[in-house]
Amino acid sequence: MNRGILAFAARRLGMTLVLLLVLSLLVYGLMFLAPGDVARNLLGTKNVTPEALAQIRAQYDLDEPFLVQYWHWAGHALAGDFGTSIRTGGPVGRMLLDRVGITAAISGLAFALAVLAGVPAGVAAALRRGRWADRLLVGGSVVGVSAPGFAVSLILLYVFAVGLGWFPIYGTGEGFLDGLWHLVLPSVALALGLGAFVVKLTRAAVVRELDQDYVTFARSRGLGRGTVLRIVLRNAAIPIVTSLGLMVGYLFGGTVLIEVTFALPGLGALLEDAVLFKDFPVVQALTVLVASVVSVTALLVDLAYLAIDPRVRNRTVRS
Amino acid sequence: MSAPLLAARDLRVTGPSGVLVAGLDLTVRHGETVAIVGESGSGKSMAVKALSGLLPAGVRASGEIELDGERVDPDGSAPGWRRIRGARVALLLQDPFTSLSPVHRCGEQIGWAVADRRRRADRVAALLAEVGLPADVAGRYPFELSGGMRQRVAIAAGLAAGPDLLIADEPTTALDVTTQREVLDLVAGLQAERRMGLILVTHDLRLARSRADRILVMYAGRLAEAGPAADVLRAPAHPYTARLAACDPPLGRRLATLPTIPGSVPQPFTVGDACPFAARCELAVDACRTAAPPAVEVAPGHLSACIRTAETTVPTPEPAAPAGAAAVAGEAALTVRGIAKRFRGTAALDGVDLDVGRGEAVAVVGESGSGKTTLARCVVGLETPDAGTVDVGGAPAGPRRVQIVFQDPYSALNPGMTVGASLAEALRAAGRPRSEVPELLDMVGLPAGYARRRPRALSGGERQRVAIARALAPRAGVLVCDEPVSALDVSVQAGVLNLLAGLRRDLGLTLLFITHDLAIARQVADRVYVMRRGAVVESGPAAGVLSAPSHPYTRRLLASLPAAD
Repeated sequence: MNRGILAFAARRLGMTLVLLLVLSLLVYGLMFLAPGDVARNLLGTKNVTPEALAQIRAQYDLDEPFLVQYWHWAGHALAGDFGTSIRTGGPVGRMLLDRVGITAAISGLAFALAVLAGVPAGVAAALRRGRWADRLLVGGSVVGVSAPGFAVSLILLYVFAVGLGWFPIYGTGEGFLDGLWHLVLPSVALALGLGAFVVKLTRAAVVRELDQDYVTFARSRGLGRGTVLRIVLRNAAIPIVTSLGLMVGYLFGGTVLIEVTFALPGLGALLEDAVLFKDFPVVQALTVLVASVVSVTALLVDLAYLAIDPRVRNRTVRS
Repeated sequence: MSAPLLAARDLRVTGPSGVLVAGLDLTVRHGETVAIVGESGSGKSMAVKALSGLLPAGVRASGEIELDGERVDPDGSAPGWRRIRGARVALLLQDPFTSLSPVHRCGEQIGWAVADRRRRADRVAALLAEVGLPADVAGRYPFELSGGMRQRVAIAAGLAAGPDLLIADEPTTALDVTTQREVLDLVAGLQAERRMGLILVTHDLRLARSRADRILVMYAGRLAEAGPAADVLRAPAHPYTARLAACDPPLGRRLATLPTIPGSVPQPFTVGDACPFAARCELAVDACRTAAPPAVEVAPGHLSACIRTAETTVPTPEPAAPAGAAAVAGEAALTVRGIAKRFRGTAALDGVDLDVGRGEAVAVVGESGSGKTTLARCVVGLETPDAGTVDVGGAPAGPRRVQIVFQDPYSALNPGMTVGASLAEALRAAGRPRSEVPELLDMVGLPAGYARRRPRALSGGERQRVAIARALAPRAGVLVCDEPVSALDVSVQAGVLNLLAGLRRDLGLTLLFITHDLAIARQVADRVYVMRRGAVVESGPAAGVLSAPSHPYTRRLLASLPAAD
């Protein structure tokens, strides 16, 4: 049994690597699809002289065939070297490293808030199906899902930072606690939409399980509410875990707007600058990074299925 | 005399659209088996859900319920029910495939109801032994077990808290015949050992007669008849019981036409002050339509809710069909040679030969997993066999030559399309004009006005008639029916079977009939093939195979049926 699971994990990991390879190829190719000459684009605002163009061509191996160029780029990228930023002239790897902490902190906090509040709220709503508490939660989550992140940010800023003065308006703060304090509003703004999504999905999953025969049978045997709820949650876990995995991709889209609104120097803000400036090396590096995170999450979700559902485990081992 | 284990008086169940059970009296003594018999819509499941305090949200119960002389609040959310469920009353559900949690080990599920955590493992082992399962089942998941084993696990789980009253809601309907008998024997044995009361809910009169001490027959949420099992079935006092019993096809001989009850069971809340059966009853008089008939005692302990009880007669058995097949001799309509099909490495079909002559009706019988449905799907071309050939009238099979009717009429029709649109679509696919829709409906005995209806507005039997009409649209010579009546009530089944027999006669259709029910095979088929594990174990004329079987497996199938008398 364990060997089957290891083989599955290895196969799934291999698939993830192939996927990343294809993605990076596409991302690298995008640079050549952008309008204008590649060498001129890479020069950015520097003076366009024949010498400068020749130097850029040599630096990026632009005279080599496409696949050779890609091979060089990918080799360096694996070692953490994503080239130099056109805008700042500094190494791209360094820029990412400097900023990844803030984005990870906001996303992590938002994810934790969304799950810790959303899952219990969804379960509570499902258990009170059709009653006022359920309607309130469902109505609230519709508002949460439909409110755009930047609008929520502005409202939060206006009320809690400008009006009540409980939280800072922008910046990252000094030290751990102050830093955390600065990240509360951005995380909450990001978590609101996500959490609403989690509430709706959890509620739907739990409601479906509550209608199953095994719940009626469990109750008919005199099992207490707590026991029945545990059984239901274990069965509802698969759709919930799937949706949590999908949310990770959404998180990155959300951080761009949040970081810009709160003037936080994270990856989202960097992406915005890089796109506006056509800073190709930075855009490439960020895209590959996000793609890696999303693929690895998908891998983890698949492995989580094995832990949660014995039927999936059984199929995996047999195939 | 001590108080009965369970006494319910004037039990009423009311749902959002109205009454579902309109006043039921029921007593069960220790060690006694009471069967509640009824078709779908009779309210039998709602009644027992009320007796275990498990009615779904929005459905309420009222009336008096006493357990061992102690009053119980009929409202299922009352705090007292927590102590009653499991320890005193346990409800066993129909489908062992859905009544166990798929992601928990069987031992764990059985152990949940054992209060003492330290003794759980011992109790689970003892319970597994009691239901005749090996101890290692505790470590396995439900999906690793067969249907019969799952139902045994469910029984062990239901008994874990030691109930005095076991309610089994169609406990064997989802199981194969041979397994059905084993599970019923097991329940009977456990009941005797533990001196439990047992309420057996079933649609099967024959099963009720062979297992119960007393029988309650329900119709449209009301009691039709109640009494000792032997009396109710030997001398039914209510016309519905008599007609229902007659609908059960006999295994011993083939009838020219099967008795039916025209019409369908009304919704309990549409009946009002009248006998619910009046619309379908041959004996109905004006008085039946103006007041609900009270239950009168026709013999000691034998009640009937009918004002013409004295005139109820057991319908005379229909004459047997003349012997001899209607098949045109010699001409082959369907020839299957050496067909094989594997799914995920398991052989579903393992070299099957089958011959059907033009105009002949052939039944393929077998239990689940025998490959009978895969055979049907290969014949129609819905599956491609790995090896072997299927010829229809000397040419390869195709949609114009073979059509299929599926088991479940509730999912076989597109719910978004009207009946007329569904039939027109089938006609268009066969290159025939839309104007033939009324003719198709007429062929299956439905009024032309049904073309405008959607499947939702049709009963199960009517839906299956539409599905048959759709299969007739391309004028195919061969009709494959995959368990076409197994999802229907007994009183409706017979109507559909008679329709198929008539179509065969009038249109010269060739029938390949897939069924698990030997009595139905006897009524429908000239010849029978018995399948087991992807192979044909016995074939021959229906009368011969089903009355003098030569293969041990066929004998075992026949022996598993509830005794006819």
